[in-house]
Amino acid sequence: MSTDTSPSSTVEPPTTPAGKAADYLDQRTGVGVAVKEFARKVFPDHWSFMLGEMALFSFVVLLLTGVFLTMFFDPSMALIEYHGAGPESMQGQLMSVAFASTLDLSFEVRGGLLMRQIHHWAALVFMASIVVHMMRVFFTGAFRKPREINWLVGTVLMILGLAAGFSGYSLPDDVLSGNGLRITDGVVKSIPVIGSYTSYFLFGGEFPGEHIIPRLFTVHILLVPALILVLIGVHLFLMVLHKHTQYPGGGRTDKNVVGYPLFPVYIAKMGGNFFIVFGILALMGATMSINNVWNYGPYDPSPVGAGAQPDWYMLFLEGSLRLMPGYATEWVIFGYTLSLNVLIPAVVIPGLLFTFLFVYPFIEARVTGDKREHHVLDRPRNVPARTGLGVAFLTAFIILALAGSNDLIATHFGMSLNQITWAFRILFFAGPVFAYWVTKRICLGLQRKDRELVLHGHETGRIVRFANGEYIEVHRPLDDQERWLRVNYDAHRPLEIEPATDARGVKRPGYQKDKQWQKLSRFFFEDRVEPVTPAELAAAHAHGEHDEIEAAPRSPELVSGTENADREQ
Amino acid sequence: MSANQNPHPGQEVTATSSTSPERFEDPGVPAHKPRLTDTDPQAARRNERIVTIIFAISCLGAIASLVAYFAVRPDGTTEGTRLSTALLGVTMAISLLGIGVGAIHWAKSLMSDHEHVDERHELASPPEVRAVAVQHLADGAEDSGIARRGVLKGAAVSALALFPLTFAVPLISSVGGDWDVSKFRHTIWERNRRLAYDPSGRLIKASDLTVGSVAHVIPEASQEEMRSHEWITEKAKAVVLLVRLNPEDLRSDQSPEGETWSYDGIVAYSKICTHVGCPVALYEQQTHHLLCPCHQSTFDMADGAKVVFGPANRPLPQLPITVDDEGYLMAQDDFAEPVGPSYWERLK
Repeated sequence: MSTDTSPSSTVEPPTTPAGKAADYLDQRTGVGVAVKEFARKVFPDHWSFMLGEMALFSFVVLLLTGVFLTMFFDPSMALIEYHGAGPESMQGQLMSVAFASTLDLSFEVRGGLLMRQIHHWAALVFMASIVVHMMRVFFTGAFRKPREINWLVGTVLMILGLAAGFSGYSLPDDVLSGNGLRITDGVVKSIPVIGSYTSYFLFGGEFPGEHIIPRLFTVHILLVPALILVLIGVHLFLMVLHKHTQYPGGGRTDKNVVGYPLFPVYIAKMGGNFFIVFGILALMGATMSINNVWNYGPYDPSPVGAGAQPDWYMLFLEGSLRLMPGYATEWVIFGYTLSLNVLIPAVVIPGLLFTFLFVYPFIEARVTGDKREHHVLDRPRNVPARTGLGVAFLTAFIILALAGSNDLIATHFGMSLNQITWAFRILFFAGPVFAYWVTKRICLGLQRKDRELVLHGHETGRIVRFANGEYIEVHRPLDDQERWLRVNYDAHRPLEIEPATDARGVKRPGYQKDKQWQKLSRFFFEDRVEPVTPAELAAAHAHGEHDEIEAAPRSPELVSGTENADREQ
Repeated sequence: MSANQNPHPGQEVTATSSTSPERFEDPGVPAHKPRLTDTDPQAARRNERIVTIIFAISCLGAIASLVAYFAVRPDGTTEGTRLSTALLGVTMAISLLGIGVGAIHWAKSLMSDHEHVDERHELASPPEVRAVAVQHLADGAEDSGIARRGVLKGAAVSALALFPLTFAVPLISSVGGDWDVSKFRHTIWERNRRLAYDPSGRLIKASDLTVGSVAHVIPEASQEEMRSHEWITEKAKAVVLLVRLNPEDLRSDQSPEGETWSYDGIVAYSKICTHVGCPVALYEQQTHHLLCPCHQSTFDMADGAKVVFGPANRPLPQLPITVDDEGYLMAQDDFAEPVGPSYWERLK
């Protein structure tokens, strides 16, 4: 073979322009390998898999509109007297350049107000789709091995989303956002030992100073978006590496992935989804005005609007601050002040909520003792304790968010603010417990309904009378697919641990710790409904031709723990 | 025969438990159900037309957006800007949604919807690969000699640990300004500084205030002072809310023994909430309660600004006031304690 032959000389040289371009590229990058690997990569189909996409696409919209805004926004706190294209009420007012340039980009720049409004709506939708996507991942158990790390990446992304939203909200330097910053300053000051210095660190001196807006600008357009971009890269890389999870169904196992190929189906569907997300955000930006800062005016430390609300994702923090009683919660220890009335609601409570999110996958892995890879999702009913905990978490979050609007609830419904606050204080503790209990009962009920369906089939409404005068209703058995969906799950049992002492009566180290985990495992899996086995189905049918299955005195379907099997009906 | 290979398993399964398998068997991927467009060429053509029309609508939306841009110029009013925004946004949305809906309808109605199955492979690398990887690391460590060369290791770690200081020290020394947190303790209120209305700066005469009236107050300052950035920061600490009560209603204030901090039923309290620092602004004349609109801490102005409800713990600090010879209200002194939210060194 002569030296001047190209490496691809063994195949036909391409003739079409596209073929030539591909050949050129492949000889320099080997892109063919990637195309072979990814072009027809299979993705499972489900509407709920779109939620994460929506978060991604609203982030892209944020980047696009954000670039537009940075062309005109000037993050300076220098004071000027405003004379510009903005509304009459703003003329001649003393304001920061940041506020003035917000007015100018809204009123002077063509399409500027549209971009500002799309940007703000996109931020709200970004956070909402992240939260709903997390709910989907949580309730279906998609965080299980091997995806624990990706769950952590996602949770960090959610927190970065909060940071992006908060820093962006503060940039126009209006009265509302300025008071938001002031609250932040108050919260930061409550941190023991380093609080005052942290406040100086943020503001470059005393609040508000003249540094905070430029600093937040850098945070908002560089630091946080860069981190978000990197982590989105990691998030998607891991998603591709793990291959997407799939909902349970016929032929779907932990060893395969069933769905449609990336090219062309998902290129079209995902690309289309991007344009739909962008289109709806554009429609919102066009028709729903948001954050009309000229109605609030530039920041001034004295006024404050009544009924002011932060953006929705910050409401839980606001509500937490509102609910905490101030009485006897500021302690002075050796002359140092510890203000628990701020520290607990603004630092400890969110800390606990986020900690729950960070550690949950690892707790669940420990109490199941399950080390297998999981790629088939759980139906939420099949893991009642997890579903209950998730709903309890959401209940706490929603109660705090509602408490963040307690003044609006009071004025809209003509109720006493103080009574509402007290009701929320109690609900914050009682609500999640109640929600856990109700959710778990509903899950167990649904599982029993599944058993019932598998064992007895669908009611047909057809009544048959036998020669002996007996009436029965004919039940139609489930088909393979219907039944498989209802029997294909693991009902985890509580951990079994080694005894406290070995055969020679020597105490085993680590027994106490194991026992704690076992206790937690019982909390999760003591009440469970086992899936129907073929034997049970056979027995149910052997019992009689008429699907007349009398409930056994001790129903085998619900096993309650190991030692008290008949506690539950 | 196992139950799930049977087309109608439910009716025919009669096996006893001793011969049944532990679990049901996977029935496999359900058979493909053809769509109308798969079987009816006319339906396929119709859907092709629909997709084409949707993309065409998108094109029209983009063109309409340009028309809106050039034809409808804002007239300088807020309404004009709103109209222009709405037109630009709606046409933009049409062009975007057209692409999105068209592409998805294309995928759903015309692209093949046969399900594919890909295999998954366990993520953990095979044992032999792992063994090689571990060997590589061991070889590398051996090559570097890090285990033998303890001093070198210490020096390298020290260098890595120290270099961030070259970056951090200049940053930290400047990022907090002068780092003088004792500034929290003082405001610009001082003896003989007169009280002025916020924001006009007009001075307040005690005789101007009727019983039940309330005034938002700033310290007297020159126009020049009030247009500086320092002023905003000072104002953020110094704002005061002043109320004239019927002297009989004034149950108590914060005056220490032998001093009078209020004047003829007029009391002045810091407007900065002791919770997290919002301006406390809503005064209820009948109950003498002052409510913070941010977190609803409620203070009783007739009773030393004590907390009656909400998350605040401490009363609002009182500004000691009196009148000068001309009858203008003026401060006797700065606040006796730091205003605003609590912080670690507050009482030090």
